[in-house]
Amino acid sequence: MSAPNKSFDPVEVAALSAESLDAARADALAAIEAAADLDALKQVRLAHAGDRSPLALANREIGALPPAARAEAGKRIGAARGAVAQALKARQAELEEERDRRVLAEEAVDVTLPWDRAPRGGRHPLTTLQERMVDVFVSMGFEVAEGPEVEAEWFNFDALNFPPDHPARSMQDTFFVESEETGLVLRTHTSPMQIRSLLSRELPVYVVGPGRTFRTDELDATHSPVFHQLEGLAVDEGLTMADLRGGIDAFVAGMFGPGLVTRMRPSFFPFTEPSAEVDMQCFVCRGASAEPGGAPCRTCSSEGWIELGGCGMVNPRVLVACGIDPDRYSGWAFGLGVERTLMFRHGVEDMHDMVEGDVRFTLPFGMEI
Amino acid sequence: MRAPLSWLREYADLPAGVTGRELAARLIDAGLEVETVERAGDDVRGPLVVGEVLAIEELTGFKKPIRYCQVDVGKANGTGEPQNIVCGATNFAVGDRIVAILPGGSLPGGFEIGARKTYGKVSEGMICSVSELGIGEDHDGILVLPGAPEPGTDAIELLGLRDDVLDIAVTPDRGYCLSIRGVAREAATAYGVAFRDPADVEVPTGEGEGPGVAIADPSACDRIVLREVRGLDPSARAPMWMRVRLHRAGMRSVSLAVDVANYLMLELGQPLHTFDGNKVSGPITVRRAEPGEKLETLDHVERKLHPEDVLIADTTGPLSLAGTMGGLATEIGDASTSTVIEAAHFDEIGVAKMARRHKLHSEASYRFERGVDRELAHRAAYRAAALLAELGGAEIVPGVSSAEAPVAPVAITIPADHPDRVAGVAYGRDTVVRRLEQVGCTVAGDATLTVTPPSWRPDLTDPNDLAEEVIRLEGYENIPSRAPRPAAGHGLTGAQRLRRRVGRALAGAGYVETINFPFAAEKDWDALQLPAEDPRRRALRLANPLSEDEPLLRTTLLPGLLKALARNTGRGFADVALFERGVVFRPDGPVASAPRLPVDRGPSADEIASLDAALPDQPERVAAVLAGGREPSGWWGAGRPATWADAIEAARTVAREAGVELRVEADRHEPWHPGRCAALYAGDVLVGHAGELHPRTIKAYGLPARSCAMELELRALGEPAAPRAPHVSTYPVATQDVALIVAEDVPAATVEAALRDGAGELLESVRLFDVYTGEQAGPGRRSLAYTLRFRAPDRTLTAEESGAARDAAVAAAAERTGAVLRGA
Repeated sequence: MSAPNKSFDPVEVAALSAESLDAARADALAAIEAAADLDALKQVRLAHAGDRSPLALANREIGALPPAARAEAGKRIGAARGAVAQALKARQAELEEERDRRVLAEEAVDVTLPWDRAPRGGRHPLTTLQERMVDVFVSMGFEVAEGPEVEAEWFNFDALNFPPDHPARSMQDTFFVESEETGLVLRTHTSPMQIRSLLSRELPVYVVGPGRTFRTDELDATHSPVFHQLEGLAVDEGLTMADLRGGIDAFVAGMFGPGLVTRMRPSFFPFTEPSAEVDMQCFVCRGASAEPGGAPCRTCSSEGWIELGGCGMVNPRVLVACGIDPDRYSGWAFGLGVERTLMFRHGVEDMHDMVEGDVRFTLPFGMEI
Repeated sequence: MRAPLSWLREYADLPAGVTGRELAARLIDAGLEVETVERAGDDVRGPLVVGEVLAIEELTGFKKPIRYCQVDVGKANGTGEPQNIVCGATNFAVGDRIVAILPGGSLPGGFEIGARKTYGKVSEGMICSVSELGIGEDHDGILVLPGAPEPGTDAIELLGLRDDVLDIAVTPDRGYCLSIRGVAREAATAYGVAFRDPADVEVPTGEGEGPGVAIADPSACDRIVLREVRGLDPSARAPMWMRVRLHRAGMRSVSLAVDVANYLMLELGQPLHTFDGNKVSGPITVRRAEPGEKLETLDHVERKLHPEDVLIADTTGPLSLAGTMGGLATEIGDASTSTVIEAAHFDEIGVAKMARRHKLHSEASYRFERGVDRELAHRAAYRAAALLAELGGAEIVPGVSSAEAPVAPVAITIPADHPDRVAGVAYGRDTVVRRLEQVGCTVAGDATLTVTPPSWRPDLTDPNDLAEEVIRLEGYENIPSRAPRPAAGHGLTGAQRLRRRVGRALAGAGYVETINFPFAAEKDWDALQLPAEDPRRRALRLANPLSEDEPLLRTTLLPGLLKALARNTGRGFADVALFERGVVFRPDGPVASAPRLPVDRGPSADEIASLDAALPDQPERVAAVLAGGREPSGWWGAGRPATWADAIEAARTVAREAGVELRVEADRHEPWHPGRCAALYAGDVLVGHAGELHPRTIKAYGLPARSCAMELELRALGEPAAPRAPHVSTYPVATQDVALIVAEDVPAATVEAALRDGAGELLESVRLFDVYTGEQAGPGRRSLAYTLRFRAPDRTLTAEESGAARDAAVAAAAERTGAVLRGA
């Protein structure tokens, strides 16, 4: 290392000569080019761009030059060091990329290995289907009614215009709690929620009531003693069967898509008058399977129609039993079976599947339906 | 109600080409639930003709008597020569008219007939029985036709072998459709054609020499009519046409008297009863049963009568259960020379109660429960007498015995536009009146209508009943659709949203939802190891369970879930995690009877409360069960078995959805393993339990060893409060690890609680990262190692500050649990 020296002619400082700078630069670039890997390049960096490298040493000699010569020498050396630095950087990037390519290739795994380590869960389709149907009603502005499963006969029958000893009572094979005299039953339908809603809510009432219901049917492929219903109830001033039909149409559109025709057939329920059974056009074949030459449809058994549920105008006697003036208010009600809906909407073939709790049945339905 | 089309056509002028299916579609639109249309005899193909037996050769040498017959079938076989037919029946003689099917013909059920060799002869066809013809059940061999129809006559036409039969599920409001009369009326209305009323007969009046009749209890019966016939030929059978109709309608032919009664019941809807007139003593009374009375009914059951039972009685005692079933003692026998025909109008509820009480549901009681036309009794009784005279050679005893109680006429007043306002359709007054008249009502008035329903429609009592008649006949298909326009709703309640979140959270955590029947049995409580005094043994019992194996209502969700778990493991799934959300039934004392409130007004708040007070508590619960591996082993290494800790975590998962961090304490509570059972608290409220199941419970349900469960009550978690946003400090964390040696029986939760309390406000979190038992901890002791993280909201903590907080935490733990800092 040379200390600043004023006794030499600057042009005589050999390390700063154009020739030696070019040589140092050429040496450096050659070494960089020759570096085979990142470790070698590190050595090259030390040797050609480090503190003790020829260019660094030459740089220190600048002070030995007379001020007039320094600028040019500085420019020359700067250019040389810049070129080396750039070459280093480029080579560094090149080698890193090469290394990454190699290492990442070595780290490759078989991504097709199975991973069933986290347990999978799912919600029961009867639950999620009820929620889905409830949501359609809620989106129309309805609220969700609730009621107990062990219910007083007055709510389950009397207030719904099933007089004692009327044959309509025996249409619904009832589980009696403790004895036939306690006045307590397992609710045979979700309709007692109509009464509870009308007694506890301010008019007008627009509610949907989903829930579990019970009848003394043996379990078989299409029946279950424990099943689910869902019903909508609207009581307001001036409601007509046109509103009933509109409510059902809106529900069908929300559940099964727009443009499906519904039809009503006169029927009988004690708590509605007039009453109707309601069918909807099959949402799969849209009625085509029932046309001559139509392809068969499994969903509707090529009937073209699917039985949806029962409905009607709230019997004024029901309103009276709830203390509501039937001359001022009228209402409609619509109810359907959740199991049946699950069967035709999702192709469930056997009621047993819905009650046995086999995980293979439930898992494919996931979180929503 | 099974209604043959040919029978309906007798009273409704239906267009000639109308098929059963077409009629069914019209009737469905009008509100009759036609379930099926049976095309009886659709597959019958002739030649099927009347034959006259000309000669019979008895073949011998076979196991049963065989006849080789020559039968005149007229020109039906093309030759006019006698037809040779082998027959295995013997109930006919030379000269009898029979029905023969010739080769090439086909019987109901697609049974093809050809000429074939049998019993050593060639049989050119077959002589038919009623069963083979599809018009009855065999009693005595082949069908011998009454009278002398011409041989060769087409038997298909003659006997009515082809007919469409509509099977109608009659709803309880349409009792009048439990008759050909009622269905024919609807059919005629549906096609706008004429209807002839089969009840429209001239009835001779005048008291006669009949037995006399009185109504003792007008609340049981408001009309009874008796007619008597004498000299009925006991050997007379109902004619073929009547027997075919009875068969089509689903009834068996028994005897002429019974057949005529049944035939008229089917045709008119009026149940009739026949007594042996010689066995009836003195005047007949309709009355309630007296204490201790008994009656042996036609089904050979001796019945103890209830004081509310309605009886037909004579001077010796009860003769029959009114409108339900006759008594055995007065049954018509072969030697009966006098028949008393009874037609009455009994109270609907009286019959309904009696039928239910005696579990005796007959065709008669079925009709009376649903309302019979009060005006039929006289007509039906007379038609029965006339038919017995015509068909059985009987002589009608002149005059009639009858009694009746006055009935208030029913008139309903409605605004003429009431149906319009119900339907949302402008029908107009004229249409309303026309439709009501079509139904049989008498209508008076202009803007306000006074409507008197016909006697056969006792179901028409309310304005909306009349509206329905108009609307259904105008067609439900013509009702427009108006989009709903409810008031703005408030969406789901907090509890309803929580229910959904809980389901999603557990499903997300790997549990599969099940919905199990809520039925249980005593043996479930035993399997769960519940002590005798456990409140879960206090279960409601169903009066009429489907199975005596499960007569109780569940008081816990676990039995159903454990059975579902066993079902899954039994089907080859070793690693299963299930959950259920549902109510349990917890009576808190003896079951109180729920009052029967009136329905002609709204109940008061007190009355509603009295109903609700009779109901058992029905809390909503969530339970989960798990067995086998929580994580399976695999190429990644070992798996992890499901443990008590997973069960507790499932409960925490539920509670967190309600914004509750559960506090856990060791507990002993069945059905859990006494050393692996956690009581779960929300604050100070016990919400449930979790842990590993008791080995005896596991054995009882056939579950894999170490199966686990949790159950908690949702409402005990309370309504979730809206969370407040935390302050997120950006200052650095100061971490301090401490290892504490405590006695083995000190719960980790107690140590952690002490650390938390001692550490003060700077504590961000505590986490137990190691539990060590062994030599270095000392006998009966264990080491619990915690990471304490400290952070201040407003500054970087100094080492002194975090050290002081740690020391305070350790000091609190030492004070409360005797913990000693390890290595100290």
